[in-house]
Amino acid sequence: MKFRIERFNPDTDAKPYFKEYDVDLKPADRMLLDALVRIKMMDDTLSLRRSCREGICGSDAMNINGKNGLACITKIVDLKEPVVLRALPGLPIIRDLIVDMTHFFAQYHSIKPYLINDEPPPERERLQSPHERAELDGLYECILCACCSTSCPSFWWNPDKFVGPAGLLNAYRFIADSRDQAANARLDDLKDPYRLFRCHSIMNCVDVCPKGLNPTSAIGKIKDMMVRRAV
Amino acid sequence: MALPVRKFDAVIVGAGGAGLRASYELSKAGLKVAALSKVFPTRSHTVAAQGGVGAALGNMGEDSWHWHMYDTVKGSDWLGDQDAIEFMCRMAPEVVIELEHFGMPFDRNDNGTIYQRPFGGHTANFGEKPVQRSSCAADRTGHAMLHALYQRNVHTKTQFFVEWMALDIIRDAEGRVLGVTALEMETGDIVIFQGKATLFATGGGGRIFASSTNAFINMGDGVGMTARAGIPLEDMEFWQFHPTGVAGAGVLITEGVRGEGGYLLNKNGERFMERYAPTMKDLASRDVVSRAMATEIKEGRGCGPHGDYILLKLDHLGADVINKRLPGIRESAIKFANIDPVKEPIPVVPTCHYQMGGIPTNYHGEVVVPKGGNPSSVVPGFYAAGECGCASIHGANRLGTNSLTDLLVMGKSSALSMLDYIKAEGPKHRDLPKDAGDFSLSRVAALDGKKGGANVDKTRGEIQRTMQAHCGVFRFPDMLVQGVDKIKALADSVANLEIGDKSKVFNTARIEALELQNLYETARATMISAEARKETRGAHDRADFHQRDDNNWLKHTLWYKEGDKLEYKAVNLKPLTVETIPPKARVY
Repeated sequence: MKFRIERFNPDTDAKPYFKEYDVDLKPADRMLLDALVRIKMMDDTLSLRRSCREGICGSDAMNINGKNGLACITKIVDLKEPVVLRALPGLPIIRDLIVDMTHFFAQYHSIKPYLINDEPPPERERLQSPHERAELDGLYECILCACCSTSCPSFWWNPDKFVGPAGLLNAYRFIADSRDQAANARLDDLKDPYRLFRCHSIMNCVDVCPKGLNPTSAIGKIKDMMVRRAV
Repeated sequence: MALPVRKFDAVIVGAGGAGLRASYELSKAGLKVAALSKVFPTRSHTVAAQGGVGAALGNMGEDSWHWHMYDTVKGSDWLGDQDAIEFMCRMAPEVVIELEHFGMPFDRNDNGTIYQRPFGGHTANFGEKPVQRSSCAADRTGHAMLHALYQRNVHTKTQFFVEWMALDIIRDAEGRVLGVTALEMETGDIVIFQGKATLFATGGGGRIFASSTNAFINMGDGVGMTARAGIPLEDMEFWQFHPTGVAGAGVLITEGVRGEGGYLLNKNGERFMERYAPTMKDLASRDVVSRAMATEIKEGRGCGPHGDYILLKLDHLGADVINKRLPGIRESAIKFANIDPVKEPIPVVPTCHYQMGGIPTNYHGEVVVPKGGNPSSVVPGFYAAGECGCASIHGANRLGTNSLTDLLVMGKSSALSMLDYIKAEGPKHRDLPKDAGDFSLSRVAALDGKKGGANVDKTRGEIQRTMQAHCGVFRFPDMLVQGVDKIKALADSVANLEIGDKSKVFNTARIEALELQNLYETARATMISAEARKETRGAHDRADFHQRDDNNWLKHTLWYKEGDKLEYKAVNLKPLTVETIPPKARVY
């Protein structure tokens, strides 16, 4: 099977280039990550992140034939040859398929991704009805792989000012939590022209999310809450 | 060459569940904490835990920590230390409630309390019937937990060193642990992290087997570093084979499937667990279920064209229950087994999952070694928690859900011990030995300079295949003896690895070679300890000694890297406050 992989080593390369690989796959090689492991056996200078190999840790996000996804849950049989692999777009490349995720995590951290509730905790769990808990479905499952944010043109242009789909999905995860008391402050924090409102509902994020989550819908709900709060 | 030194109150190696629970406790107390991780914290393997965390909350009916303790002792096949087990089971409700307060999105009952599901080996009233003790967030409990813990650390401003790999432990002349050397992947730089106290929360080394549910990163790093530092490893012969890994892919399918009412079938469509465990059936403990499955396959009742797997049936639960309680495994089965469990059963096989043994500790998380006649003398400044540690809570077999309970309880307990120790150490750091760092530098230099050495992938593959063939679910005397020879014969390759990539920036070939040296110590400790233990207990099943032998083997193994020396120490059968749960026949 034929691959074209974007390569870059800052020690030796002035700019990224494509390297071609032709790999004999084995019957057990099912996912793109299996193929990449095999390529790395041929050429150990190829660098990529990977860990759980089952789509839950979020390490091996990359651009696969033009679309962001996780290598470990992308089936080889579904891929057109040559398979073109690049680092996630919009973030600086450290090496090969490894990007610098500083901006991405800085935006995640900026939304205060932790439960805020200043009341002294009760002796037992805080109660939450199944209905209230269901509000968190489709939100808490985010694996911070960055497929969404790095497919978003607004994030490409303003990675320092626009929170991006992953961060905003997580912002809404806390706004929507019946146990969190900081919804107003969270909304205040998002009301400048960039942090939230750079989202123009292009919906690339929804298209690429490997967990099937919908950041655009979460962003819409935050916008609705702001409007409702204003009237 | 003198390495740069960064000084902290506490150095934590590993930022999975145990590491994050500890770093939260220490940074909350205002200490200067460095948390090192090979991967961004939420990518640690805790993220892959599915079914739940065990704690006697009693939300679904009567439960007690004492019953939980009984189940854990019995599950351990009496190899677990009863003081540590009592400690964990008593602390479990508190740490789970704390996690809820941290914001963990647990599933809920109609009355708003945390939902709990049944799980293997967990019973009411000392073995009478299954109990609902596993608190869960659908089948993504580890993911929800790891993110909640990371989020708490964002709040307390823990200082993370992401994509740093610890290389070796630094000890002074008295044996005190003063920190670690570590390699920054992005630059290739090596730095000394000096701590008044050092915690290992490095997870397990399940990648020693060819077929494993474990992530690529689970290379036994902490265990390997500990062995090289002259500290023995405890009970390394005990590895859990999870009954339900997806056949061929190894990806985990939670025991929660059986907790929610799924069951196993052989090729005749027989629910065979009824024969092996009349009371608990498919919810017997994992060693029992895995052995039953392997027996069915061995005796020709396996499924599929080669008769080499078992079917896990859950379609009768209905799409609603599956989508609500088990959405992640539906996703995994569709992706990795090409079947939709709403309609068809999932092909599964026992797959290596968890390391019961590890770095010997007490229930305070302090690392303990035999010294001057004391079998449990504390190594000052050194702590271990989570899968890399051996308190020993899980003994010869861990119960499902107790891994997450262990990492919460032991993560917190270690941190509290470290707080006291750091306070007693005072404001100043001790002097580092002059040659601190030399050993790591020489290891990396040897790797970079090697020509005509052994191939990393090939060597790793040989270790994994040897462990799989010689030290699996069933263990045979001649195979174990050959396995010892084969593993010993690989020492030379492991000491002389060659990498093609000599560059500095994010050189993952170098990382993989360094990991392999840790994996090797893990595998060697396992094979030698397994060959020596002449009985069957928990996950260690020997064809030639097919019974548990409490007269000769109710004791912990300690393996030293130096000369492959084996020592043994007594199991602590004395709990903290309740009466001993005496060994008896283990029937489910």
